[in-house]
Amino acid sequence: MEQIEFDYPAKRRVTGRAHVGVVGSGDLEVLLEPRDGNGAHVFIRTSVDGFRDTWKAVMDRFFSRYDGTVQIQINDAGATPGSVLLRLEQAVEVSER
Amino acid sequence: MNIDFIHRESFIELDGRERAHSLLDAGTARELLGPFDRVESPWLLMQGVTPQADDGCVVMKGKIAGQAAVVIALEGAFQGGSMGEVSGAKLTAALDLACLDCEKGIPTSAVMLLETGGVRLQEANLGLAAIAEIMASILALRKYAPVISVTAGTVGCFGGMSLAAGLSSYILLTREARLGLNGPEVIEQESGVDEFDSSDRALIWAIHGGEQRYATGLADALVEDDSQQVAEAVRQFVLRGVPLVQRSSQVSLYRERIAALDTSRQWDPMELRATWGKSGDEKEKQ
Repeated sequence: MEQIEFDYPAKRRVTGRAHVGVVGSGDLEVLLEPRDGNGAHVFIRTSVDGFRDTWKAVMDRFFSRYDGTVQIQINDAGATPGSVLLRLEQAVEVSER
Repeated sequence: MNIDFIHRESFIELDGRERAHSLLDAGTARELLGPFDRVESPWLLMQGVTPQADDGCVVMKGKIAGQAAVVIALEGAFQGGSMGEVSGAKLTAALDLACLDCEKGIPTSAVMLLETGGVRLQEANLGLAAIAEIMASILALRKYAPVISVTAGTVGCFGGMSLAAGLSSYILLTREARLGLNGPEVIEQESGVDEFDSSDRALIWAIHGGEQRYATGLADALVEDDSQQVAEAVRQFVLRGVPLVQRSSQVSLYRERIAALDTSRQWDPMELRATWGKSGDEKEKQ
């Protein structure tokens, strides 16, 4: 069990929020909400220790294309980086519906 | 009724939240204590287990067949749908609020979507206490309005929560569902592989499976894995109201059944159907 936090620059205001996924084996839960102030904040709790660099790479990639001022909470049960990125994109899609 | 496999909409493939949503009349569903309220288990983090923001218990208020109803769905994918302090308290509170509404003159049914292995072992006694409270709340509510248990699969309903299912007014299963107090692995662990081979899937479904439970009169409806069929069966139970006789009140019936069983020889599941059934008559199935 490891807790990881990241901050990214972001300026675009968002209004919607989204909850997707489930904390089941190989999957994760994403809670995406609008955040006051500038920047985006990510808070990750993962059942698998020692993958901070991998999480950073996934988040760097996600925020290279996404600029919403949001706070994202991730509850992870051992999802692969591909699953994480898909869940994040799903959360964005739901929040902008 | 058989539905074209391609065109049906699977109920089993829905997650807990989607299942709850699919049972309520369109536009009436309102989630209580949703994931953004972040009422999660305080005990899992301490044990290195990632919590879920809704603790695997979805509570949705709304209407079924135009009548007030609350649907409580356990998310089988999170910790096997197990009952912890928080998920148990959510389920109990939902049943108690429905009971209060009934007392105020607003009949409110409850539907429990049970995909659960029972007590969450990480929360031990708190889980046991939660299930005791759930059972007390079912007993209070079922006098006023139907309490309907639905188990569709793939987790099934086991342990203490099978007792909760047993206390409910109506039980609805699919063929894929399993319902039992002790799961196959527990029986094998406690009594040996000769008693129950938990790797034998055909045996498991022959004993615990929805079709067998229905055919031996331990469930009230057997439906296809189809969202519309499940929702329609639930609607029919809501409209039927409180049953004249609750299954769990028939103590002498079940005692006599057990007493009459010759346990000096091995019974097989089909014999049990013939002896206890409902006959498994196709026409009785929905």
